[in-house]
Amino acid sequence: MARFLLRRLLYLSVLVVVSTSAAYVLAATQLNPRARYEGRNPPPPPEVVDAALDALNMNDKIPVLTRFGRWVGGVFHGDLGRTIENSSVNEEIDRRMWVSLRLMLVGSLLGTLLGVAAGAYGAVKQYRMADHALTVFSFVTLSIPAVVIGVLFKNAGIGLNNVLGFTGETKLLYTTGELTPGMDPWTWAGMVNRFAHLVLPSLVLTVMAIAFYGRYQRNAMLDVLGSDFLRTAQAKGLRRTRALITHGLRTALIPMATLFAYQFALLFVGATFTERIFGWHGMGEYFVDAVIKSDVNSVAAITLFVAVLVLIAGFLSDVAYAALDPRVRVS
Amino acid sequence: MTEAAPATASRASLVLRRFLRQRRSIAGLATVLVLFIAAYVSPLVTTWQYNELDITAFLSPPSGAHWFGTTQNGFDMFALTMRGMQKSLIIGLVGAIVSTTLAAVVGAFAGYFGGVLNAVLLTLVDLLLVLPSFLIIAILSPTFHGKTWLIFVLLLAGFQWMVTARIVRGLTLSLKEREFVQAARFMGVPGWRIIFRHILPNMSSILIIDATINVSSLILAEVGLSFFGFGVQPPDVSLGTLIGDYAGAALIYPWEFYFPAGCLVALVLAINLVGDGLRDAFDPNARMRVS
Repeated sequence: MARFLLRRLLYLSVLVVVSTSAAYVLAATQLNPRARYEGRNPPPPPEVVDAALDALNMNDKIPVLTRFGRWVGGVFHGDLGRTIENSSVNEEIDRRMWVSLRLMLVGSLLGTLLGVAAGAYGAVKQYRMADHALTVFSFVTLSIPAVVIGVLFKNAGIGLNNVLGFTGETKLLYTTGELTPGMDPWTWAGMVNRFAHLVLPSLVLTVMAIAFYGRYQRNAMLDVLGSDFLRTAQAKGLRRTRALITHGLRTALIPMATLFAYQFALLFVGATFTERIFGWHGMGEYFVDAVIKSDVNSVAAITLFVAVLVLIAGFLSDVAYAALDPRVRVS
Repeated sequence: MTEAAPATASRASLVLRRFLRQRRSIAGLATVLVLFIAAYVSPLVTTWQYNELDITAFLSPPSGAHWFGTTQNGFDMFALTMRGMQKSLIIGLVGAIVSTTLAAVVGAFAGYFGGVLNAVLLTLVDLLLVLPSFLIIAILSPTFHGKTWLIFVLLLAGFQWMVTARIVRGLTLSLKEREFVQAARFMGVPGWRIIFRHILPNMSSILIIDATINVSSLILAEVGLSFFGFGVQPPDVSLGTLIGDYAGAALIYPWEFYFPAGCLVALVLAINLVGDGLRDAFDPNARMRVS
């Protein structure tokens, strides 16, 4: 099992290197930070522009591999480089990382758990009301883009506030930002306030995750339900619920573990939409701004961030996979 | 299930009959057709075009003159939505054809010829699966500003085909051993012709279903990227750019947002229904196992 996990870790690390390098090279060759300086009025002399770009390691006159080498050297020392506004990328990520992570963690944890539970329940109650409801819900939700779901939830929240009479400064659910400005997040009132900001955006991600995982879990569970070992388990005297959970659900979770890892990059994309709609200053917003500003180092750093998230999620699901599948656990 | 079909019925007509027997598939197909015709025919008959301003009606709610209302500049929302739907439909269709063709060709060649070609193609598939497609297309988006939207479609399709290619490869590996393929090979038919004449037609059901589902996923991907300005660029209009432009107005001027968003959801839902119906029609037993 240790060998399996080690091999997976190695593989996932290669993925991080490949996708980050690809993103850096593409960003460095396709984005044009020079235009930002040349567009100024009056245009600065070329030497000044070169010097400024050199200081940022974004000068397109230097071969891309040299720039890449310099950036990687920095990354190994824990320095992700400078943004195009000559501030530190590390500080920017420090500031924004937890904003996005909070959203993504709540959304993915709740969504996975509820989705798996709903999917398994739907499969057990195949063709009953609950199963039909889940199937229709998944089918419809997966046909609506994240943007539209986000806007619908935001407006529903505003509507709810108005109906319940929260029209003043204090709201039941907040639809902009992650904390009311000037509030200390580490007081009781601040925590409540932060929670009231978190509800709607994470609900968007949760609902989408439920639809996604629910659908796959239902299919995986249906595959297992007809199997002989489940009948044997009941024949030897296990109660139905017990057999369904320890023998059925556990087996049906194995394919889901792999799905979870690959879903994480998409979760970041989903979070990007939610951040834009609910005005959160997280990593998604940072990415969109960085591409628009031709901020090469930031773009590469964010890709690295996403890749490391995928690595962590991938490794966790490999651990889950190994724990669930005796063939892997014993070998 | 009892088939009343005469023994001479071709597989195509059998599938078609099974497809049309389901209410969902008919509803889906009818919706797609209605939206398709509305998108392409309505600009010929409506008074307002997508690039015309009505300076007597700014931000007017839906009315007889402007079915979907107008924007703050006096653009007719109905004309804009139909124009956007044209673009979304064409992006979905072209992208799906490109993506499914690519998947079929790469998968079949890798499976049939094996060896070095197989290794190279599989590495390519794995590499593309690893890259975060949304981030990569966004990074590349400044390069196709001011150029044709076809580049954007090719990029979208370029990140869409890999999973199907793997499935096609697996199917090719098993078809390769079947007698009719071996017979063709021993008659001296070249490999590429066996692929196009014998192997791919034998998995046409999978490819048709895949292409249908790809249409809706590509439309959704287009919306996501265009929402941030990484996709279709002005003066082109797509459902994605409309949703991006008017998402902020959803509360005060709901018609600006809900009409394009509603058309989008109806379109994607209908295409998915068609895909689902096709899957059941091609393989009626599949529903018993999974759906």
